[in-house]
Amino acid sequence: MVEAMDTFQIDTLNAMASAVMNMVKAASDWMTFAFDFPFARAVVFGVHIGGHLFVEGLLLVVILFLLSQKSYKPPKRPLSKKEIDELCDEWVPESLIPSITKEMQCEPPVLESAAGPHTVINGKEVVNFTSANYLGLIGHKKLLESCTSALEKYGVGSCGPRGFYGTIDVHLDCEARIAKFLGTPDSILYSYGLSTMFSAIPAFCKKGDIVIADEGVHWGIQNGLYLSRSTIVYFKHNNMESLQSTLEKVTQDNKRAKKLRRYIVVEAVYQNSGQIAPLDEIIRLKEKYFFRVLLDESNSFGVLGSSGRGLTEHYGVPIEKIDIVTTAMGHALATEGGFCTGSARVIDHQRLSSSGYVFSASLPPYLASAAITAIDVLEENPELITKLKQNITTLRKGLSDVRGLEIGSDPQSPIVFLKLKRSTGSSSDLELLEDIADRVLKEDNIFVATSKRSKLDKCTLAVGIRLFVSAGHTESDLQKACDSLNRIAAIVLSI
Amino acid sequence: MITIPYLTALTTYFSYGLLFAFGQLRDFFRKLIDWWHASNLQGYAPICLGLEDFYIRRLYLRIQDCFGRPISSPPDAWFDVVERVSNDNNKTLKRTTKVSRCLNLGSYNYLGFAASDEYCTPRVVESMKRFSPSTCSTRVDGGTTTLHNELEECVASFVGKPAALVFGMGYVTNSAILPVLIGKGGLIISDSLNHNSIVNGARGSGASVRVFQHNTPSHLEKVLREHIAEGQPRTHRPWKKIIVVVEGIYSMEGELCKLPEIVAISKKYKAYVYLDEAHSIGAVGKSGRGVCELLGVDTADVDIMMGTFTKSFGSCGGYIAGSKDLIQYLKYSCPAHLYATSISPPAAQQIISAIKVILGEDGSSRGAQKLARIRENSNFFRSELQKMGFEVLGDNDSPVMPIMLYNPAKIPAFSRECLKQNVAVVTVAFPATPLLLARARICISAAHSREDMIKALEVISRVGDMVGIKYFPAEPKKEQLGENRVKLE
Repeated sequence: MVEAMDTFQIDTLNAMASAVMNMVKAASDWMTFAFDFPFARAVVFGVHIGGHLFVEGLLLVVILFLLSQKSYKPPKRPLSKKEIDELCDEWVPESLIPSITKEMQCEPPVLESAAGPHTVINGKEVVNFTSANYLGLIGHKKLLESCTSALEKYGVGSCGPRGFYGTIDVHLDCEARIAKFLGTPDSILYSYGLSTMFSAIPAFCKKGDIVIADEGVHWGIQNGLYLSRSTIVYFKHNNMESLQSTLEKVTQDNKRAKKLRRYIVVEAVYQNSGQIAPLDEIIRLKEKYFFRVLLDESNSFGVLGSSGRGLTEHYGVPIEKIDIVTTAMGHALATEGGFCTGSARVIDHQRLSSSGYVFSASLPPYLASAAITAIDVLEENPELITKLKQNITTLRKGLSDVRGLEIGSDPQSPIVFLKLKRSTGSSSDLELLEDIADRVLKEDNIFVATSKRSKLDKCTLAVGIRLFVSAGHTESDLQKACDSLNRIAAIVLSI
Repeated sequence: MITIPYLTALTTYFSYGLLFAFGQLRDFFRKLIDWWHASNLQGYAPICLGLEDFYIRRLYLRIQDCFGRPISSPPDAWFDVVERVSNDNNKTLKRTTKVSRCLNLGSYNYLGFAASDEYCTPRVVESMKRFSPSTCSTRVDGGTTTLHNELEECVASFVGKPAALVFGMGYVTNSAILPVLIGKGGLIISDSLNHNSIVNGARGSGASVRVFQHNTPSHLEKVLREHIAEGQPRTHRPWKKIIVVVEGIYSMEGELCKLPEIVAISKKYKAYVYLDEAHSIGAVGKSGRGVCELLGVDTADVDIMMGTFTKSFGSCGGYIAGSKDLIQYLKYSCPAHLYATSISPPAAQQIISAIKVILGEDGSSRGAQKLARIRENSNFFRSELQKMGFEVLGDNDSPVMPIMLYNPAKIPAFSRECLKQNVAVVTVAFPATPLLLARARICISAAHSREDMIKALEVISRVGDMVGIKYFPAEPKKEQLGENRVKLE
């Protein structure tokens, strides 16, 4: 019995094995046929056709089919006219200006005579420390004479931009005079002090260039930097170690730095704090790291240096080392407008690509002739500069221990800047300072100014009281100012 | 929209192509020659890249003597143009002492206040002796004098708004006001041909800027609807505010803006309107009050009106006029008011006196005469030029009339030939205008007399024949514009 069963099982196994073998053989035959298929040959209409063409034809058909399918995009449903109307009706804009607060309503004092060292406000004569009339040229006889003759000859305005018959011969004379005075090849006149920097910077700094600027620069420079769209890095105010570390970081991080244009932007005497930039340090750093320097000499032209030629003379640096120098003439030179000097290439480039020069009317001719006369007066009377320096020293001595205020500006700077000793860093600082300024004006007839900040200004330096010293102030003026400030500050700040 | 004939477009492209090719050739040789000399920059990148000033070096310098001509007399109807010579093929120009007396068709002297005036100049000299040429101080510190306050009241009442604010330069007015009014999250929609100062101000504000087709209110409506519905880019939040910026007279086209339609559309979509009347204040309108008066738009509908004093008042500076609150806010926050020296007192006095003359408050009728004369002069000149066959742009009553030149070679030809016959014109090319549309721009003034204009017309006609710019036949036939023209904007 057992042998029969075994034989039966062996037979079944044999049958299954052979069936499987047959299937495998059939499958492999079929596969061989399929693989050989492309190599098959047939003769159709007398032309040899390889079997691989059928495979390729099939693939082509599949590809065409897939291409002809529409790709899946989420359905776009544009807004209908009614929907747009609804959205437009719903939209409520903000009001054009925020509501007026009380501090927005205070008006500055109104002058009734020229803004010289003494001026008249509300019928009373006051000592004026708010106008940047460093050499006392406001009201100077020679200036008034040259202006009168220019007004009678040319009228007031120049009626056109420089490219279209707005170039009057006094403009060209003024540019030549300035270049001769400073010892540079050429200079270019702008019609407004503020627009000088913010037109000169975008002409040279384009997108991608690197600019390193002091954090205390004034709004004109900040706006110019913003419009130029270059990479801007700020360093700590007047701090040379910060400048060096920033330069180091920028040149190391940026591999392409060698091919880009790189600039350092500083002011000679900072309007926001009265500090003076250490030019010799800056030149040393500039030469080490291959940067170009843009210097704004608005408050140092006619003030620093033995003959008034500015910061470069003060530090004994040849002016060729500074690439671009700009100055607003509304300070020592007692006129309006601005100029820029540098090498011939720099100046020629600005004549066509500086927007404030090309697209704007030129400086009124009487102001240009006033500038020429002011430089003549400055060259003939260098004692104005020594008088100014003496006045600064006297004033600083008198204000050296005012209660609650300390002097934050450089000893040589014509802007004497008084900061609060203990500042809270909020707007109450400004209120205290304005209170002091108001009282000083009302009670002692001394006119001083507090620093004002626009909400667009990025500068975060401390606010303070600014006194612009002039060579026209007398000893008694300065004494009165010191006494008054001492007295009022003691009253206001001891609370 | 300016249409340019096919043939002219082809020849203009060919001319520019030729100039470009020659320029590249010369640059190539310059590079070869300079390769021998080592560069002395020593590690600094060049301050102006070669590509940036290709246009200046190779195209502009060839015709440099047509621009920037110095004058040695006030820019009145007739003035003295100083002759210049060049020893190095126009690269540098030196002044000579010779002058030639020419008819002035280029200065912006619409009402003739440019030279010393019998009413204005004595008062200006007096104010200069009293207040000196500059206050050396900002308006908020110690630069506000009684003259400044008087000026602002005068300007506000002249323009027709409650209050005004005056700055020392027109360019700075635009660049410093727009960032104060609008910031990130706002939208500025400006006309495609707006002035560079508006473009700079818009860019400096940080708001998004969109452009609508020049003087086309329907396109403005389309742009407004699209943008209000879509909201801010990417976040789709609603816009904070929208300001539409247009100009009164466009200085390169001489066209008046379609103000009533634009104001109506802006009111419908709750956008604010900013009108820049640099060229139109004092020059158009029955009593000289600008585009609003001419086109009958109520000044209360325009939110911010801006203008400059350089053109019609013969002075310098710019103003903003608006509601009392707006001006108060600007006095508190505008950087040009807080940081820039105040406008020079003699210039302020000139504006006050000029406004008094225009309004007739000086006791004579010179103001009304000037206004009538400039209107007559502009209309007469424009119609005569069109009769002669020139292609003149601009609307009636506008004192600015551009004559199309198109071809770059005609620019110096027209300018130099006119100067030889003692007529001084202004020619404008790229980049102030599109590349193909170079033009000569004429600015008529109330100081031009009938004889002056007839002489100018004769000279321009003669030179026009010589240069070949009479694109239309001599009698006005406007149905010429047909199929064989290429439309350009």
